[in-house]
Amino acid sequence: MFAYSVRRIFSLVPVLLGLSLIVFFMIRAIPGDPAQVILGQLATKEAIADLTRELGLDQPWYIQYFNYLGGLLTGDLGQSLRTKSEISSEIWPYLAATMELSFVAMMIAIFIGVNAGIISAWFQNSWFDYAAMVLALVGVSMPIFWLGLMEQWLFAINLDWLPTSGREEVRNPVESITNFYIIDTLIQGRTDQLLDVLKHLVLPAMALATIPMAIIARITRSTMLEVMRSDFIRTARAKGLRMFWVVYKHSLKNAIIPVLTIIGLQTGLLLGGAILTETIFSWPGIGRYIYEAINYRDYPVIQTGILIIALLFVLINLVVDLLYAAIDPRIKYR
Amino acid sequence: MKRRFGLMFFAFILILSLGLAGCSNESGGKKTGGESGSDGGSSSGGTLVFGRGGDSTSLDPAVTTEGEAFKVTKNIYETLIEFGEQDTEINPGLAESWEESPDGLKHTLKLRKGVKFHDGTDFNAEAVVFNFERWKAGNKEQFYYYNSQFGDVIKEVKAVDEHTVEFTLNRILAPFYKNLAMSPFGIASPDAVKEHGDKFIENPVGTGPFKFKEWKRNDRVTLVKNEDYWKEGLPKLDEVIFRVIPENSARLNALNTGEVDIIDGVNFSDVEAIEGNPDLQTFYRPSLNVAYLGLTNTRGPLKEKKVRQALNYAVNKQSLIDAFYAGAAEPAINPMPKSVAGYNDAVKDYEYNPEKAKELLKEAGFENGFEIELWAMPVPRPYMPDGKKVAEAIQKDFADIGVKAKIVSYEWATYLEKARMGEADTFLLGWTGDNGDADNFLYVLLDQDNIDSNNYARYENQEVHDLFIKAQSTNDQAEREKLYKEAQVLIKEDAPWIPLIHSEPALAGRADVTGFKAHPTGSDELATVEFKK
Repeated sequence: MFAYSVRRIFSLVPVLLGLSLIVFFMIRAIPGDPAQVILGQLATKEAIADLTRELGLDQPWYIQYFNYLGGLLTGDLGQSLRTKSEISSEIWPYLAATMELSFVAMMIAIFIGVNAGIISAWFQNSWFDYAAMVLALVGVSMPIFWLGLMEQWLFAINLDWLPTSGREEVRNPVESITNFYIIDTLIQGRTDQLLDVLKHLVLPAMALATIPMAIIARITRSTMLEVMRSDFIRTARAKGLRMFWVVYKHSLKNAIIPVLTIIGLQTGLLLGGAILTETIFSWPGIGRYIYEAINYRDYPVIQTGILIIALLFVLINLVVDLLYAAIDPRIKYR
Repeated sequence: MKRRFGLMFFAFILILSLGLAGCSNESGGKKTGGESGSDGGSSSGGTLVFGRGGDSTSLDPAVTTEGEAFKVTKNIYETLIEFGEQDTEINPGLAESWEESPDGLKHTLKLRKGVKFHDGTDFNAEAVVFNFERWKAGNKEQFYYYNSQFGDVIKEVKAVDEHTVEFTLNRILAPFYKNLAMSPFGIASPDAVKEHGDKFIENPVGTGPFKFKEWKRNDRVTLVKNEDYWKEGLPKLDEVIFRVIPENSARLNALNTGEVDIIDGVNFSDVEAIEGNPDLQTFYRPSLNVAYLGLTNTRGPLKEKKVRQALNYAVNKQSLIDAFYAGAAEPAINPMPKSVAGYNDAVKDYEYNPEKAKELLKEAGFENGFEIELWAMPVPRPYMPDGKKVAEAIQKDFADIGVKAKIVSYEWATYLEKARMGEADTFLLGWTGDNGDADNFLYVLLDQDNIDSNNYARYENQEVHDLFIKAQSTNDQAEREKLYKEAQVLIKEDAPWIPLIHSEPALAGRADVTGFKAHPTGSDELATVEFKK
C-alpha cells in the first residue's frame, strides 16, 4: 500500500509536466495580444511594442516555457500581468473560497444523491423511484445560470430567507485568517458571523450541487440494483436481517466503489467548473479569477490557475484510488 | 460503523444549512447606520454598498486606464481642477484659481491651503511637483494617460512658493485644464508613494473625502470617511464599499434584497420594473458617449463614399433606441454628443430612407447589393447593451436595401485586436469620453494619426486632419469650436461610420439614497450621498 502510494505520487510528475506544456501552448493559441489588452483601446503601436518586450512575450516560446517551469520549481508562480502582484500570494483567497464552496456543495450532493439513489433502488419502480430519476434527469440538464437566478428570485427576493450573493455580509465582514470562512468564524467564536457565512453558502452550494447530485443518484441506483440482486443479499434477507441494515450496510458497502469514483471526478470538476456559479453568486473564487485572467490575456495567471486546478483534480482522484482499498479489503495493490 | 458516522455528519450539515434558510434575515442585509460611529461627536452616516460589474485593477489612478478603477479612486484622490457635478466644465479643485500667460504657454495655479493627505502630510506645491515628476519619469506603459494627455507637452512644473505651482508648456494644449481634471491625475501623497513603492497600487493615499481601508480582489474595496476632509460637513457617509457582482441580473437581485444600495450597469430592459418598485429608484448618467457602426474605409465596397452614405440611410436608429435602450438614448448624428463644446447643430443626419439608400447603391454600381460581415460586440457596454441584438436589427435594415450582412463575433480582446487591424468590414463599437473635449472624440477616433490605434474605421482625410491639428494648437475656444464644426461637416459627408446612439446609461438605487449624482465620465463622487432619515 505504501509503495503503491509512493509510486502513484511519482507518476504524477510526467502527468503534470505534460499538462503544463499543453496549457502553455493552448493559451498561446488564443488570438489576441496581451499587451493590447492590458493597455486598452487607447494604446499606441509603440506602447504595445514596448510592453510586449517588457513582458518577455517577444522571446521564443521555449525560452518562455523554461523560464516559467524554472519559476514553478523554485516556488515562483510568476507575477500577474494585470495586477502586478505575485500569483503565489494572490491565489490563495480565491482557492480557499472555491474549496469551501465545493466542499459544501459536494456534501449536499453526496448526502442527497446517495440516499436518493439507495431509496430508488430499494423501492424500484415506485413513485419515489420515478420521481427521483426524472428529477435527476432534469438536474443534469439544468442550465446553472437560469437555476441560480431562479434561486435568487425565490429564496432571496420573494421569501427573503437568504442573501443573493457574495460570501458574507460586507457591512459586517469576516476577518480572514485561513480564508475558509466557516473555520475563521469558528476560531474567532463569532457564531453570528458563522450563521451569516452559512446562509451565504446555501444558494451557490445548492446550485453547484445540482449536477453532481443527479449523477451520483443515478450511479448509486444502478450499482445498488445490481448488488441487491446478488446471492449474499438474498442470504442476508433469508437470515431475517432488517431490510434497512441489508441496504445501508451490506449492499451499500459493495456498491460504493463506482459511486466513489464518480464523487472523485465530480469534486475535481467542481473546483474548476464553478465559474458560472461563481459569476451569478459573485463568489470570489478561482474560476472567476481565471476567467478574468483569460479576458485580459494574463498568461501567468491562466497557466498557474489551470495547473493548480489540474493538480487538485489529480490529487483528489489519487485519494479516491487509495480509498478503494480502505473501503474494500478485497482490493489489493501491487 | 465509520461510514454511518460519515452519513450522519452529512445529514447534520444538510439539516444545518436548510435550517438556516428558515432563519429570518435580521442580522444581514440591513444597514448598520445609526448604530455605528455614534461616539466622538461624529454623525452617523451609515455604510453605502455600491454594486458594480468588475473589480478595480489598480487603486493608483495614474497607472490604469480602466473606468472601474477610477470609480473608486475618484473618492480617494482629488485633482487640481474638478469637473462640474454632472458636466465636464472646469471648476476649482485642489487649485483655487489659475492664470494663463498671454502666449498660452505658462499656467500658474494657486493651491488650496490647509489640505492634508490621509497620512497626515501636507498638500502643497512640492507635492504637486512630485506627482508630475513621477508621472513624467515613467514610461508609456506605466503612466498611459500622462503620456497621452501631457506627454511631451509639459516642459516643466515648478513650485513657485508653498501654494503656487507653475506649469511651462512646450506648445499650446487647448484642453490643458480639462485634462488636469481627469481622474488619472489625482494628486497622491509623496510620502506614501515613496513608502509603498511597487505596492502603492494597493495602498492609495490622497486628499479625497474617503480613506482607503481594505481591498479584497474580485470582491470588494472598502473606504472609510476622511474625518479631516477640507470640505465642511462632507462626506456624509461613514463607509463606502464597492462590491463586485459580475452578472447584471444578479446585481439587480442584490439591490432588491438591500444587500447593495446603488448599482450600475442596469439592463435597459429592467428599467421599467425598477421604476415600478417603490423601494427603488433609477439614475441616468448624462451621455458622454457614442455607439457607432464602423465602416472600415479600406475594405471592398466600403471604399466607396456613396456606399457608406447608402448604409447610413439604411439604418433606423429610432427603432434601435425603442427596442434596446428603453428610450434612454438619442440618435447620434455626429461622432460626439451634444454636450461637448464644438458640437455642430447644423449638420443634418442621413434620415432613415431605404429608397434613397438603394438609389445611392445603384449610382455606386452596386445595384444588386453585396455581401459584408457585420461584427457584433460580445460584451455589453453602457453605450451598447446588447451587441448581438443591435447587430441583428441592423442586419435586417441592410437586407432591406439588398446588402447581405453576415453577423460575426469574437471574444472581446480578439474582437478589438482584429477590428483595430482593419479586419472587419463593419463593426459595432463605441467610446466614452475622458474629459468632455471635442479632441477626445474627433481626433482620437477619426484622425489619420490614429489608424492602427483608435481610428478603427481607418478613415483618412487630410483636410480633416489639418483642422484637428489647428484646433489642438490654439487656446481660443471660439476658434476651436469653429474648426471642429467644420470638421464635422466633412466627416458627415465622408460617412466613415454610421453614428448610432448617445445613450444615458442607467443606474439604480434603494429609495432611501439621496444626493447621488451620476457623472458623465463614469467616475462618481460619493461625498454628498446620504441615507434619508
